[in-house]
Amino acid sequence: MTLVLNRIDDRLIHGQVVVGWGQPLDVKFIVLVDDAVASSDWEQELYRMGVPPDMEVRFHSAADAAPLLDAYRTERRPGILLTGDIATMRYLVEHGDVRDVNVGGIHHRAGRTQHLRYVFLTPEEQEALRELFTLGAVVTAQDVPAARAMPLEELLAAREGA
Amino acid sequence: MSDTVKKRGLVAGHADFAAGLIGAVEMISGCGNVLIPIQVRGLCGDDIQKLLYDTCVESGVRVIFTDLQAGSCTMASRRVLKQLGEGVLVAGANLPMLLDFAMSSNENAIEAATTAAERGRAAVSVHGAPP
Repeated sequence: MTLVLNRIDDRLIHGQVVVGWGQPLDVKFIVLVDDAVASSDWEQELYRMGVPPDMEVRFHSAADAAPLLDAYRTERRPGILLTGDIATMRYLVEHGDVRDVNVGGIHHRAGRTQHLRYVFLTPEEQEALRELFTLGAVVTAQDVPAARAMPLEELLAAREGA
Repeated sequence: MSDTVKKRGLVAGHADFAAGLIGAVEMISGCGNVLIPIQVRGLCGDDIQKLLYDTCVESGVRVIFTDLQAGSCTMASRRVLKQLGEGVLVAGANLPMLLDFAMSSNENAIEAATTAAERGRAAVSVHGAPP
């Protein structure tokens, strides 16, 4: 097995990740890449509390994670790579050879436009997703496994809540 | 429901979890109005935290029930309790638990929540499972 999902989700570890994806994919570890969480023991304990006992969570900054991703891909157990924002995932695409990106949750914030129920983007974030594609990553939006993986251009053209 | 009733707890969770459970508490006991429903559709973690924090401060409530231990409401609630420096979070809430809490005569809401958590845990039963 390998990293079975490379996900951008601003809620990081939560129900959709642990239960929605974790159970059907039999995920045994999560690689959580976030500079702030990587530097906070309290935050790490908070996220560890949210996973079942047989699921491991490893915390890294973006710079620390990138050279480790090849090793994670050779793990026998299935795992999820998780970032809280597009910029961190972009770093891993550029420096960690990530080749497919799941947009799983970028929620409402001032200045963002709603594309899907779970995806809100600023114009800069729209461009940042296009850049992931330019860098060689296949980008799709999909909140849960039962949903359809929506291609990037369809995501960017979509408008909900208007 | 009357708005004059003193609020004792928040209920927060995915989709219509909070409204559904509080509606059931109200139907069974008539005490649903001591609970405040929180729905978080479309909100990022920071906004969920702000919504919970503001509601706690405005209502004076220091008890939060959430649906799922790994849920974003639970994560945000733990941060809120850290901010407030007091209160209790019960993750994995169910109807028996909320009924016990809403109907409790214990004036101390935190104690009532702790007791209700045990009642809710004990109220889960399985019938007809193969031996």
